[in-house]
Amino acid sequence: MSTIQPIAGEDEKHPDIALVEQARSGDVSAFDTLVRKYERQVFRIAQHITQNREDAEDVMQDAFLKAYEKLDQFQGNSKFYTWLVRIAVNESLMRLRKRRTGKMVSIDEDVETEEGSVPRDLADWAPDPEQNYSQTQLAEILRKTIQGLPQGFRIVFVLRDVEGLSTEETAETLGLSIPAVKSRLLRARLQLRERLSRYFRRKKSPKATGVEK
Amino acid sequence: MTCTEFLALLDDLIDNSVTAETRAELERHLHGCEHCEVTLNTTRKTIQIYRSHEIYDLPPRLRERLHAAIMSRCKKGC
Repeated sequence: MSTIQPIAGEDEKHPDIALVEQARSGDVSAFDTLVRKYERQVFRIAQHITQNREDAEDVMQDAFLKAYEKLDQFQGNSKFYTWLVRIAVNESLMRLRKRRTGKMVSIDEDVETEEGSVPRDLADWAPDPEQNYSQTQLAEILRKTIQGLPQGFRIVFVLRDVEGLSTEETAETLGLSIPAVKSRLLRARLQLRERLSRYFRRKKSPKATGVEK
Repeated sequence: MTCTEFLALLDDLIDNSVTAETRAELERHLHGCEHCEVTLNTTRKTIQIYRSHEIYDLPPRLRERLHAAIMSRCKKGC
């Protein structure tokens, strides 16, 4: 489905491009600005993939250093942010491979699971269900829930829904086809929804009996 | 429209990438199907919760330490 995009902004450079150009010509403070702008995101992506804090710290450093080394290779036809995310994803996967020597780590494996394809838990949620938990409890629930997703689904969900990349950018970053990204995103969203329902569903009255899973 | 057909278009509906015609069809289905309405609303909520809560916080001191380490290596030419 194609939509007509406004051409506005064609002549305007994204502010990141100017910073990249300054950094390329030796202005380290311009690169400092880029690091400050994106360090949280890179750290978060690394945490989601490696699920280990120390690894995420190392990945964050390695990703920025690699980006700095490779600035000359940045083409400028994609956003600097998506280019950086691709480096962060690759560094994270490399880190995982090191940890699990001999075990294949890949995001393009076809995840054979029917879970979440058809919603089973159809109970509605309480209004503002997150308010029933403290911030710490909620963060724990969200972490535990997303960590349980197959890796290939988790990365797609994180890039697309948490980090705000488009379907095309996610596909390009992960080396997946657009239909593959779409299918994984749907299943990731539905599986997360299903799993969160355990915590967020509207409480039934004691009389109602339901089958506990 | 069946629930399976609705589900196949759920993401497009959430991401606002359906035509007006398809949207009208999806909305017609929603009016008569509580299950799909719950699925749509709770899936939207799932995305919104993950988007608005930082689950892997980068504490300021750690952030500064990592930032300083990156920049010191960049200044040395990596």
